[in-house]
Amino acid sequence: MRWWLPDAGSTFAGPIDTLFLVILIITGIALVIVEVGVVTFVIRYRARPGRKAFYTHGSTRAEVIWTAIPAVTMVALGLVSNHYWVLMKDKNSVPPNAIQMGVHAKQFEWEVSYAGPDGTLGTPDDFTVRNQLHIPVDQPVAVQLTAEDVIHSFFVPEFRVKQDAVPGMNITAWFQATKTGEYEIGCAELCGMGHYRMRGRVFVHTPEEFNTWLAQQAAGGSE
Amino acid sequence: MTDAMRPPFPAEPGAGVYSNKLGMWVFLASDVMFFTALIGSYIVLRFGMSSAWAAPGTVLNVPLTGINTFLLICSSVSMVKAYAAIADGKKYFLRKVPGKTLQDGGLKFWLLITIICGAAFVGVQIYEYIKLVGHGFTPTGYREGSELAELALADPVKYGAGVAGMYGSTFFTMTGFHGFHVTCGVVSMLYLYFTKVLPEKYSAQDYRGIEVIGLYWHFVDLVWIILFTIVYLV
Amino acid sequence: MKTHDAHHAPMSFWQKYIFSTDHKIIGIQFLFVSLFFLLVGGLLAMQIRWQLGFPGKPMPGGGILPESMVVDGVILPEYYIQLVTMHGTFMVFFAIMPLLVGVYANFLIPLKLGAHDMAFPRINMWSFWLALLAGLIMLAGFFVPDGAPRAGWTMYAPLSARPDLSGATLSQQLWCVSIVVLGLSSVLGSLNYITTVINHRAPGMTWFRMPLSVWALFITAILGVLALPVLQGAAIMLLFDQTIGTHFFDFGAGGQPLLWQHLFWFFGHPEVYILILPAMGMVSDIIANGSRKPIFGYHSMVFAIIGIAFLGWIVWGHHMFMSGMNPTLGSTFMVSTLLIAVPSAIKVFNWLGTMWRGNLHLHVPMLNAIGFVSMFTIGGLSGIFMAATPVDIPIHDTQFIVAHIHYVLFGGSLFALFAAITFWYPKMFGRVMDERLGKIHFWLTFITYNMTFFPMHIIGMGGQMRRIYDPTVYTFLQPQQPVNVFITISAFALFAVQFFFMFNFLWSLKRGQKAPQNPWNDNGLEWSLPNPAPHGNWAPATPIVYRGPYEFSAPEAGDADYLPQTKKLPSDPDPVPATLPGGH
Repeated sequence: MRWWLPDAGSTFAGPIDTLFLVILIITGIALVIVEVGVVTFVIRYRARPGRKAFYTHGSTRAEVIWTAIPAVTMVALGLVSNHYWVLMKDKNSVPPNAIQMGVHAKQFEWEVSYAGPDGTLGTPDDFTVRNQLHIPVDQPVAVQLTAEDVIHSFFVPEFRVKQDAVPGMNITAWFQATKTGEYEIGCAELCGMGHYRMRGRVFVHTPEEFNTWLAQQAAGGSE
Repeated sequence: MTDAMRPPFPAEPGAGVYSNKLGMWVFLASDVMFFTALIGSYIVLRFGMSSAWAAPGTVLNVPLTGINTFLLICSSVSMVKAYAAIADGKKYFLRKVPGKTLQDGGLKFWLLITIICGAAFVGVQIYEYIKLVGHGFTPTGYREGSELAELALADPVKYGAGVAGMYGSTFFTMTGFHGFHVTCGVVSMLYLYFTKVLPEKYSAQDYRGIEVIGLYWHFVDLVWIILFTIVYLV
Repeated sequence: MKTHDAHHAPMSFWQKYIFSTDHKIIGIQFLFVSLFFLLVGGLLAMQIRWQLGFPGKPMPGGGILPESMVVDGVILPEYYIQLVTMHGTFMVFFAIMPLLVGVYANFLIPLKLGAHDMAFPRINMWSFWLALLAGLIMLAGFFVPDGAPRAGWTMYAPLSARPDLSGATLSQQLWCVSIVVLGLSSVLGSLNYITTVINHRAPGMTWFRMPLSVWALFITAILGVLALPVLQGAAIMLLFDQTIGTHFFDFGAGGQPLLWQHLFWFFGHPEVYILILPAMGMVSDIIANGSRKPIFGYHSMVFAIIGIAFLGWIVWGHHMFMSGMNPTLGSTFMVSTLLIAVPSAIKVFNWLGTMWRGNLHLHVPMLNAIGFVSMFTIGGLSGIFMAATPVDIPIHDTQFIVAHIHYVLFGGSLFALFAAITFWYPKMFGRVMDERLGKIHFWLTFITYNMTFFPMHIIGMGGQMRRIYDPTVYTFLQPQQPVNVFITISAFALFAVQFFFMFNFLWSLKRGQKAPQNPWNDNGLEWSLPNPAPHGNWAPATPIVYRGPYEFSAPEAGDADYLPQTKKLPSDPDPVPATLPGGH
């Protein structure tokens, strides 16, 4: 049982997890202030015979302080977040050397296309594998996400990658895995009866293993 | 302003207009949002697309609809005349005025003109729909085997063949709901005509119903002017 | 305006209680119907929790459901997604929204403003009957062939537009029709609330003497009048796609699936503020009452409500960060979303400020109101995680979002409703609810509620997606399954505990202690009337207002720790009503 985000498996995990922690600390402080405040006040200012409440309509100074501090905090958070958002989602942030792959989502499976020996996606020597994404470690990968029928969402928790696949659109989702191993793809947008079983697998290989696998596939071998 | 048309008594200063009118303004605000959803979607779908839709005159009968637009505008003018008439207390139909050839129209006359023009608008629109569907233009696009479908096969660019489905969908939904609103207006005016106008229940002291239905009617006209421009002219 | 006074001919039972135009009766009608739909929503939730806690195990009582939903007691995947869809739909549209607005806007607004009734009593009656009709149409979805809609309460196209892909045919259309009817009900109600607040305030009830409950309901009504029609438009377009073959969301013909999301969320975000603002308003009234102190920062509270409502129009894209819309839009929506946290924070601090140095009477409404503050805070803070777009990437469409939703809607709105129902019960029914049962209900609910929903944050972080029938399909989710079991059992306990509330509510109708005129020693105008409030309220008279709504423990009050808005002290001048001849 894990009480935190999944193990980090991509270069995105570091910034995202750190940002998550920062937000947790900020909101944690706010939460403690409020909840301790509530409990303290409930105990300390409980009605007792002979007591009267302190008659006041408020304090402009307090209003300014508790408006300014949250506002400044939120703006700062926005600026930091945006930097990473652009890095992860903007089309121009996709590294030029990223390996191109296609993921075509349909009810209820992931059709993954790989550039064949010519190294270019969209040519006759491409091949397709159902529900298996094979990638090399420590190399950027750009997935061209498309959908056949309804909206699906490509989600690999360890990579901190999630992107909706929308019929009629071609959306690029890029990431770089940092650990070899096997992970899972889940569908994160309700797509019908089989939404729950739209499970795919991700295999992060060493570069040698990856090339071997590619060659095997191109030669008609099975994995 | 008379007592009946003041805000409710006694009360704190509110909007400065009587409640029925305020209520109608609020309702019209909601109706603006409804048409915004439909018209906004049309704009996004049409101008966000890579291939062009058919130019308006290709499929639609712009001259006929232009006349229809004029008819609706006339009905707004007659509505204003109806409002002015009852504000002056003219509950009658027509009355001879010494020194003038044309008789003076009262509420009964001008409201009837409005109703007739409104009903005529709907009638012309229904006629237009029948003609369009006959030619093959439907909410789903060009009906297979129809005249328009043949024309579109021959000249796909002119007829926006690939996107005819979107064209049909947006055209009929927008104009259809507008027509529905006009119909509701005509029915409401008819109801008021028989229950309040003919028995002369409106007076210069209290003509709230006329003012309120007038607001609705002008709104419906304004929506049409926008629709006509962006669907039939652009 | 005709004064709605006692000079009626005597009314029949039908006119008085069924086809009533009295805002208080209409409010009570909404109350009974909405509590029924709340129960329906809860029963759907219990089935969802059964499946998530014990996937594939036969559900007790499952045998009574048809084979299309449950086979050998085991919930089918197609039924599961009907459950999640209809749970959301009923709870949002037919429970929380009508409970907050249909009940309390109707019941409180004229009473708290000194009016005799709403501006348009007959339109008000129509608003109720249309809402009931909409609810019945929606309920019918379960009983048609092919079963209920199943594209989530958010009904994303193309799944919702394509019966061949979703499996639901007639019911999906009924969903659209129901929404259009409900939208009309909402708009008619809202225009009543807006007109009444603007034009029907008693002399002396200036804008800044209105209670925050009324401010909140007023601003909510403005949101409703502008947002619901957009949903109606979208629902009509969806209905047409399903039935007459239009192509609005059909990518094959050039339509745009994302168009649905933009339209839905452009409505949807103001909608969630409709679901929380009235709760905040009523909680303000109750906390001031329980603290025996004026609300801290009344003007800030008003501006915060307006600020939330205004900003609420420009944040809708935060529901669409992962949708494939232009990432630059994501940046702009992130900024507006982070900013909307600020007015909500202001409100929380002002509630704390109200309790600070108060003389706290922890009656049942006060307990629930304090519970609201503490849990809405959690819900609001969890929102910040999603607002930061990079962090939204792992948590979007997971149980983390579900936790957030339920902390604000249940921990927030529903606790506020428990407070409000108890607080205004005497005004509605002339009796008080049992205090002891109320306290037991509060504490047990508070505990089981947090046990149910807090762990959802954790399993959401772990990656459990929304709306999945069986988490154990995924290896990475299997270690978390014990938490799902824990949540399920807590949820069953939470549901069971509501029996205390239901029993208290129903039993007190006939057996509750008769209420004194002002059981909470409150300042609002409504407490200057007998319990239950009579038809026509103060008619033919109109009350006069001399001060703001929260003058608890004011020095002028003397020994009493409250000072009603209508109580004239020797030093109070008489307001000049607007429309006296010779006046404005």
